[in-house]
Amino acid sequence: MKRADKLVPALFALLTIMSLLSLGIGSVSLSPSQFWHGLTGQDRVAQLILIDIRLPRTVLALSVGFVLGLSGATLQGLLRNPLADPALFGAPQAAALGAVLVLYTGLVEALSFALPFAAMGGALLSVFLVLAVAGRVAGVTTFILAGLAIASLAAALTSIVINLSANPFAVTEIVFWLLGSFEDRSLRHVAMAAPFMLIGSYLLLRSGETLRALTLGEETAQSLGLSLQRERILIVLGVACAIGGAVSVSGAIGFVGLVAPHLVRDRVKGDPKSVLWPAALTGAALTLGADMVARLVPAPTELKVGALTALMGVPFFLAMIARRRGAVAAEAA
Amino acid sequence: MTHLAAHALTISLGQRAVLRSLDFKAGAGELVCVLGPNGAGKSTLLRALAGFFPQAPVTWDGVPLSQIPARQRARTIAWLSQDGDAVWPLPVRGIVALGRIPHGATLDSLTAQDRDAIDRALHACDLQSLADRDITTLSGGERARAFAARALAVEAPVLLADEPVSALDPHHQLTVMGSLHRAAQEGHLVIAVLHDLTLAARFANRIVLMKDGGIIAQGKPDRVLTPDLLRAVFAVDVVSVDHDGTRIVLPWSARND
Repeated sequence: MKRADKLVPALFALLTIMSLLSLGIGSVSLSPSQFWHGLTGQDRVAQLILIDIRLPRTVLALSVGFVLGLSGATLQGLLRNPLADPALFGAPQAAALGAVLVLYTGLVEALSFALPFAAMGGALLSVFLVLAVAGRVAGVTTFILAGLAIASLAAALTSIVINLSANPFAVTEIVFWLLGSFEDRSLRHVAMAAPFMLIGSYLLLRSGETLRALTLGEETAQSLGLSLQRERILIVLGVACAIGGAVSVSGAIGFVGLVAPHLVRDRVKGDPKSVLWPAALTGAALTLGADMVARLVPAPTELKVGALTALMGVPFFLAMIARRRGAVAAEAA
Repeated sequence: MTHLAAHALTISLGQRAVLRSLDFKAGAGELVCVLGPNGAGKSTLLRALAGFFPQAPVTWDGVPLSQIPARQRARTIAWLSQDGDAVWPLPVRGIVALGRIPHGATLDSLTAQDRDAIDRALHACDLQSLADRDITTLSGGERARAFAARALAVEAPVLLADEPVSALDPHHQLTVMGSLHRAAQEGHLVIAVLHDLTLAARFANRIVLMKDGGIIAQGKPDRVLTPDLLRAVFAVDVVSVDHDGTRIVLPWSARND
């Protein structure tokens, strides 16, 4: 348990260092004294760069990564499946569809809160659809196939919405937004998404004991006195809230929810409750790291965080599938 | 005497009636072994007794299970699944500790009482040397023992175990059956589904013989495990020998009539 006790403080320390670095990185380079004067408000320009440009971006990357890692760990615990990830439910894609509809109809101009609500609705719908189609006790393959179908459907509908869009600038905006990025986000975006991510995180973090009881399957959990139906609904709501809030400000960022729990699972000895905080913090670190890389790599337009997390996550996902295939083969032998 | 009972229990899964108007009653201090061919409804009976079918007319001390709050029911009836598996690399002790959840325990705040119960359960299943091992690195039989210990750790008045020893080696079959027997002697009600006729004969106070969703016969082992009844229920001819007052029953040849 010693190692696990030190894990969360260590991750917090890492995130603090990364956040300071993140505030220091950008197209304008600030000297340490400018940095300090900017933080304390003595240098107006530096303050503008730090507080209005880099701070929202850093806070969003941290919080979006946090809920992605947390959602992944919770879904893995709920389904007792280490390959579960919000993206495998098509949740980000469906959330993106909801958000794109709001962008397309212009509703967002009238009502900025329509965006997270629509994204949340999309995420909720996709998770419920996958659960309804695949059933709760389905194997990995069924889940992935059902999630793939929902994700493809959401992507197709999104593409149609883009086709129907009359304004080419809106199209560019939507497409770039879909790829996942923290570019040009303001404190207004933080304020818009924060309530959703907070409520979602609360619902997911409180599910630890449920996930623990689920370690040996749903019937055993029930025999231990758990009211599964209620808990399951709360978790799905939590994921939808958290992912909806995240997608509404960052676009679709995948694979963080899959990768983050795995990086820390062994350190908490596999305990599905103790993994929640470390997975969330690791998700924050991965996402902020990806965003820093996106800012540092020179390119005509800034690289998209969603593309970077996919570059990192897909090989990881493939390696996991290959490893599980090996395990299955060994069992059969 | 405290007892678990089902009256006119009928359960259908899909179109098929798995249990047909079955009556069952068992009380504290009994080790009841449920025997029968595949598909006889043994597991369904056990699951009904565990309260997994809210509509099923099952009572504990005359109170319908559906009227007992979930936590209290969980403290009263421990259940050991037939197809348990562990996906997370938890230590064996952590798995066994899950049995303390009905008592309000969490892994982070185990009381001395919880720890004692966990140690007793580990001991009962001969797991002390494996207590800190990652469950995913254990063999199938070792895992089955960890799951059995998990159910024992609830220390509930009723323990329902679905094939608790099928995956175990002979030594541990005897160890675990011995633990169930001891639990019954201490006043628990233990109901176990088994496939090993001799183990049932050796440890059970009562044997329930099931076929086609009903109880064909029940009673003391030597009254139920007769060649005629076993032929009728399992379609096998058996060889039986009496040894130290216990009947050893060996299925010898399958009948095709």
